[in-house]
Amino acid sequence: MQILYFAWLKTHTGTSQETVEPPAAVSDVAGLLDWLAGRSDGHAKALEDRQAVRVAVNQEYARPSDPVKPGDEVALFPPVTGG
Amino acid sequence: MIRVQREDFDVGTELAALTQDNPGVGGMCSFVGLVRDLHPDARTPGAESGEGRVTAMTLEHYPGMTEKMLERIDAEAHRRWPIEASLVIHRFGRMEPGERIVLVATASAHRQAAFDSCQFLIDWLKTKAPFWKLEETPDGGRWVDARDSDDTAASRWGSDDWAAE
Repeated sequence: MQILYFAWLKTHTGTSQETVEPPAAVSDVAGLLDWLAGRSDGHAKALEDRQAVRVAVNQEYARPSDPVKPGDEVALFPPVTGG
Repeated sequence: MIRVQREDFDVGTELAALTQDNPGVGGMCSFVGLVRDLHPDARTPGAESGEGRVTAMTLEHYPGMTEKMLERIDAEAHRRWPIEASLVIHRFGRMEPGERIVLVATASAHRQAAFDSCQFLIDWLKTKAPFWKLEETPDGGRWVDARDSDDTAASRWGSDDWAAE
């Protein structure tokens, strides 16, 4: 599973992307974020405030209950500020 | 039409091209977003001394998803209003105050559809297209927070089932 980090999530985790293999028990977005938060102090800090984190699975906005599976591209980012 | 690019654009050239060979167009609306040198939070005592002044801004985006979201927002505008043509150009990379960031333009037989669809495009773009602004100030870099007023502006056009609110 490919994880992409943007804006300050990238700053906190120290990486813009990583390939991970979560345990089989991780089956939805909320579970994935819980698991990712345990990877390092930086990940924990990035995912501290879940309200401030937006998630896209395979480039589509996703909710906490939406499924994730091996091979997915999951992007984590703050609310957008373009324009 | 959607374009995501690093390069600057010429507004006159783009608007002329948008309506070329289409005599059905009776009016056109455009919005140009620029890099400003002050963060809204910095309009306070101390700002005059340069504190909080933005010296440059870097636009980051999510290639692939950005284009997909902009295409979808553009298609939604065409579904809602009888517009003849539309254009969204959004830049990424590092820009300095005064530089153009974004151009949104719509053309229609009558002005109201052009006004409304242009506003709709920029409002939805600001809350749904994956771009983030990193401001450079004398004190260092800071990521710009999303604003509630942008959410309010976007929500007046109703909701959708494909993007985060």
